[in-house]
Amino acid sequence: MNAIKLLLFVPFIGFLGLLPYANKIEPYILGMPFLLFWVAFWMVMASIILMIVYKFDPDNKGSESE
Amino acid sequence: MNISLLIIAIFLVLALYLGIKARKGKDMDMEQFAVGGRGFGTFFIFLLIAGEIYTTFTFLGGSGWAYSKGAAAYYVPAYIFLAYVLSYWLVPKIWRYSKRHSIISQPEYFASKYKSKSMGMIVAVLGSLALVPYIVIQLKGLGIIVSEASYGAISPVAASVIGAVVVTTYVMISGIHGSAWTAILKDFMILVVVIFLGIYIPVHYFGGIQPMFETVQAAKPEMLVLADQGLSQSWFVSTVLLNALGFYLLPQTFMVVLSSNGERTLRKNAIALPLYTLLLLFVFFIGFTAIMQIPGLQGADGDLSLLRLAIQTFDPWVIGVIGAAGLLTALVPASVMLMAASVGLTNSFFKVLVPAATETHQLIVSRIIIIGISIIALIVTVTGGEALAILNIMSYSLITQLAPSLFFSLPKTNIINKYGAMAGILAGVLIVLYATIADVKVATFLPNTPHVINDISTGVIALLINILVTFLVSALTKQISMQQTEMNDLDKIS
Repeated sequence: MNAIKLLLFVPFIGFLGLLPYANKIEPYILGMPFLLFWVAFWMVMASIILMIVYKFDPDNKGSESE
Repeated sequence: MNISLLIIAIFLVLALYLGIKARKGKDMDMEQFAVGGRGFGTFFIFLLIAGEIYTTFTFLGGSGWAYSKGAAAYYVPAYIFLAYVLSYWLVPKIWRYSKRHSIISQPEYFASKYKSKSMGMIVAVLGSLALVPYIVIQLKGLGIIVSEASYGAISPVAASVIGAVVVTTYVMISGIHGSAWTAILKDFMILVVVIFLGIYIPVHYFGGIQPMFETVQAAKPEMLVLADQGLSQSWFVSTVLLNALGFYLLPQTFMVVLSSNGERTLRKNAIALPLYTLLLLFVFFIGFTAIMQIPGLQGADGDLSLLRLAIQTFDPWVIGVIGAAGLLTALVPASVMLMAASVGLTNSFFKVLVPAATETHQLIVSRIIIIGISIIALIVTVTGGEALAILNIMSYSLITQLAPSLFFSLPKTNIINKYGAMAGILAGVLIVLYATIADVKVATFLPNTPHVINDISTGVIALLINILVTFLVSALTKQISMQQTEMNDLDKIS
């Protein structure tokens, strides 16, 4: 397991770990109550984080191994 | 026949046509049938994996939960996007091992990892046990959708039966290729319908999404946050983690992974898939609008909220299109589930009992099993009466019991052995079944348990006991399994 893959923990810790602080209605963001926005925010973050990991992951360098 | 029913019928015929045509030009052997010859690229894998999440449960149950339970419904997209994050690391490993050992089903994977045919049999049975409620959800949902969207012109039972016949037919003919082709039609339809409804409905009734939520906040603020007890934060976190862990253990998702043409295809998919879960927000918008617009749906009827609200809002032809999209969300996932259950049972049960079976025999048997499972699922659909979400959670609790055996089998040396793995799985499964059937929670035995602990999902507690048993039995049987390995080694030498 290479170090860049450790970034994969970030969505779990960020989204679920900070949930107690996100469990509220206000402020509204993008028309959504805060908790729902929190869910949406981490969906997008997850995708961004995966993109970063993919880019720097040595497993994706060179030709397909098999 | 009214216009909605006509539209739904046209899409049903189209799905059947695509599903059958998908077979063209393929020499059907077990590998083609089950995992498309491991030839699916990014596009099909995306649709198939996404197809597994946009099921009737998301369509009806997602809005239904938002309607009757509020923010607790967020657990659905939450566990799904976290499962995708996990998948980046997990599924290439599974794919690589399966490719090297020509594995085409989940039970085979476990049998190979633990060098135990009994292990394969246990996993095959457990997988089918978890899949049947899932298929039932699809068929039940299909019945509800078609019946509602046709303004009652056809009964839910009749619709479920017709749907089951169609899906069984094309799966038997085309295998996973049929699922892949119908998935294209399905994803296009569901995208258009869900985004349109999710924006149009709140705007139509409240002038926008935020005004809609503010109206809900004024009337029922408790719907927009997680509760202090019951469906609380500890319930949310434990359920999300459990389901994220279980997502790729579901036999149908596992099989889709194997049908990929490479590791990189799977990793690339992991990037895009979390964004696809944003679609569920639109489903929630509809459910929350329904709270204010069509109050009074009780219990399982909450699952009707999306359709009832749509019927109140639109002309019959729009309802027909919605019904058609709903129909497809049942057919595609059900087809992959049928495949997964049947290929698993054929490979790890039938082949063990009849080792001499040829490829042709296996194909025949797996088709017979498909029919058998369809019939069982139909019977449960017609006779059983649980709400969709409860069935969904139980399936996950069951299948997640495979997690310890899977994760310990990933490193080069496995610290647990097959006895421990099997004992752990059995212990976990028994607890889930007992707790679900007898409806017990931690507080049943320890009345003073704080609700933070009592609300933790049963599956998580079963999983902890499962791990404990796994380690214990592995340690106790260390001697036996070491002797066996030595004997095997001796066999090889002689």
